[in-house]
Amino acid sequence: MAKMNLLQAINNALDIAMAKSDKVYSFGEDTGAFGGVFRATSGLTEKYGRHRNFNTPLVEQGILGFANGLASQGSYAVAEIQFGDYIFPAFDQIVNESAKFRYRSGDEFNVGGLTIRTPYGGGIAGGHYHSQSPEAYFAHTPGLKIVMPRNPYMAKGLLLSAIFDKNPVLFMEPKRLYRASVGEVPEEEYTLELGKADVVKEGKDITVLAWGAQVEMAEKAAEMAAKDGIDCEVIDLVSILPWDVETVAESVRKTGRLVITQEAPITGGFASEVAATIQDECFLYLESPIARVCGLDTPYPLSHEKEYFVDHLKVYEAIKASMTY
Amino acid sequence: MAKDKQHQLDIVTKPQFIDGSALKIPMLQILAEDGTIRKGAEQPEMDKELALKIFDTMQFIRILDERMIAAQRQGRISFYLSSLGEEAASIGSAAALSDDDMIMGQYREQGALAFRGFTVEQFMNQLFSNERDLGKGRQMPVHYGCAELNFMTIASPLATQIPQATGYAYGQKMDKSGNCTICYFGEGAASEGDFHAALNMAAVYKVPAIFFCRNNGYAISTPSQGEQYAGDGIAPRGVAYGMKTIRVDGNDLFAVYKATQLARQLAVEENEPVLIEGMSYRMAGHSTSDDPTGYRTREEEDAWRAKDPVVRFQKWLQNQAWISEDEAQKNYDEKKAAVLAALKSAETVPVPHIDEIIEDVYDTPPKHLKKQLEALKAHIRKYPEAYPKTASRIDGGDK
Ligand SMILES: Cc1ncc(C[n+]2csc(CCOP(=O)(O)OP(=O)(O)O)c2C)c(N)n1
Repeated sequence: MAKMNLLQAINNALDIAMAKSDKVYSFGEDTGAFGGVFRATSGLTEKYGRHRNFNTPLVEQGILGFANGLASQGSYAVAEIQFGDYIFPAFDQIVNESAKFRYRSGDEFNVGGLTIRTPYGGGIAGGHYHSQSPEAYFAHTPGLKIVMPRNPYMAKGLLLSAIFDKNPVLFMEPKRLYRASVGEVPEEEYTLELGKADVVKEGKDITVLAWGAQVEMAEKAAEMAAKDGIDCEVIDLVSILPWDVETVAESVRKTGRLVITQEAPITGGFASEVAATIQDECFLYLESPIARVCGLDTPYPLSHEKEYFVDHLKVYEAIKASMTY
Repeated sequence: MAKDKQHQLDIVTKPQFIDGSALKIPMLQILAEDGTIRKGAEQPEMDKELALKIFDTMQFIRILDERMIAAQRQGRISFYLSSLGEEAASIGSAAALSDDDMIMGQYREQGALAFRGFTVEQFMNQLFSNERDLGKGRQMPVHYGCAELNFMTIASPLATQIPQATGYAYGQKMDKSGNCTICYFGEGAASEGDFHAALNMAAVYKVPAIFFCRNNGYAISTPSQGEQYAGDGIAPRGVAYGMKTIRVDGNDLFAVYKATQLARQLAVEENEPVLIEGMSYRMAGHSTSDDPTGYRTREEEDAWRAKDPVVRFQKWLQNQAWISEDEAQKNYDEKKAAVLAALKSAETVPVPHIDEIIEDVYDTPPKHLKKQLEALKAHIRKYPEAYPKTASRIDGGDK
């Protein structure tokens, strides 16, 4: 075991993947010798050469088009989009191409070797173009996998699974936690299953569901609620697509209550999808309406970031409201 | 030589590949590095008043950039992005335009905005995201915008303004406004699909637009030559799209000024879009989040310091006896005091009222946003200590 922060864990996973197969390539804006603006790819050029870890020109649609082509050739393409907010120029390549490659060709061709890494989320004084959580746009597209790790241990195991998974994976990294989240991480290779939720804390009164950076808010809120005698079960969804309905439903059947937290705006967000499905699965077990604690339906405002952010206090209030419904 | 009738092409009978190097676009330079006019060059007409206004703006931007980088280091603002070394490019081009021409910037054109008359207080209000910021404190520092000064608000996603400039200019053409749009972007942004779409459409529709590429050698850490593009830079792309194109020394105020003047004439009088590539160097880091020592050498930076556009123009002014070294220093000190005073005062202005969080999403806030705001306010009332910037003004002292 070694102490690593989230960035180091990602770097370590990339290192292991590139050592394992010389068909793994890592690229994106500034990801070459400089190591990326967050330094997630540092050291890789020195180790594997500038043909395997490199800078691309500044064009997201090009990066994803190139990555699709490279993956369809049988390589493992790990493409970085510098900020989740700038993934939209590549939307067409991801949504119409990556996601549908296998289906539209009858599996004559596929881009299973594709992994898209991108930092997402707020809380870094980034205003509305460095704070978005765009997972829901992609969750609406069949054919992609979407993964959002919450800490270094999860990030390493999930990224290694994502790179060698046989499907294109969108891997969204909580940038607020890049350096803030530190933990014990095995130095050797290990993988974590995609599509599997993780019960972070067991409890009997209410289920609190989160993913990525929001898990920390759920845990803090659960600690506050514990002081009121409320025993929360905290679940990290981990994979947004496909997602682990069974684990969540099982928990809700036990607790009878569900609070879902999500950083993105409430309307059309993934929390809504979860709420609808769990209502289907668990209707007769529910003691209170499923609650969503989400961002407002406005762009992410710089000067009111603190107010806008889905913090532990908002989650705590939702837990109490659900308990006293 | 035989001609193909349909395409009007000369016909050859042996395979001929055209190499990119066949089109090597030269660079216009008028003002030499020592502040004299280059032999064979013609100094553009410029009266003393305009020359001093340009210099004044240059000095102001130098101070603003320097002070705000310091303010960021002290934790007083979250982010800053300087235009050190590129003042001639943005100020020289803005000076060649009419005040009612539209400017669409990338984020390193504070010089153009200052030239138009954006005040030091207005700069500070944006940088501190306070309630007097015209953008209502919603965007990161340096994302200025001002309708009154015909300066479109900056967006962070790169290159999106370039096709918008084509569209804006089309509107100007149809309105017979006699105006044009200038659109700035970096050589990195010129890799984006938006750039190519914009130039193609501008050339096809023949719109009065000036596309001004600041080629400063780097896009964050990515060097332009070999990693951003192969070949002869951005200028040949203008030619390829069927557009009048010129490359200038971006550190030469006169070359930028003259080229933009001529470009404006072509744009406004003949509806000819123009591409200008200004060759320059980003003397500072990309932004305050960047450390350029990780990807380039001190020697390289020093070599460019010798080409400093502000020093070069000042030398010329001194040669005209339009300003003395002492006067320049005195102006500098005065401006510095004004910048510091404005900084101190903007810092104490509160952030916008929380009610503004739901404004401007639509023309008027729909019901669901009003409901969300009410819920947020109720929450803040419950935990005032957690939201110190807004809690005290949530009721009473309301706008
Ligand atoms: C679509 C998009 N992708 C990535 C970024 C992140 N980013 C901000 S500035 C920058 C480099 C821009 O370089 P260039 O256009 O050459 O301008 P310069 O900063 O050199 O003036 C990058 C990659 C962004 N803002 N928008």
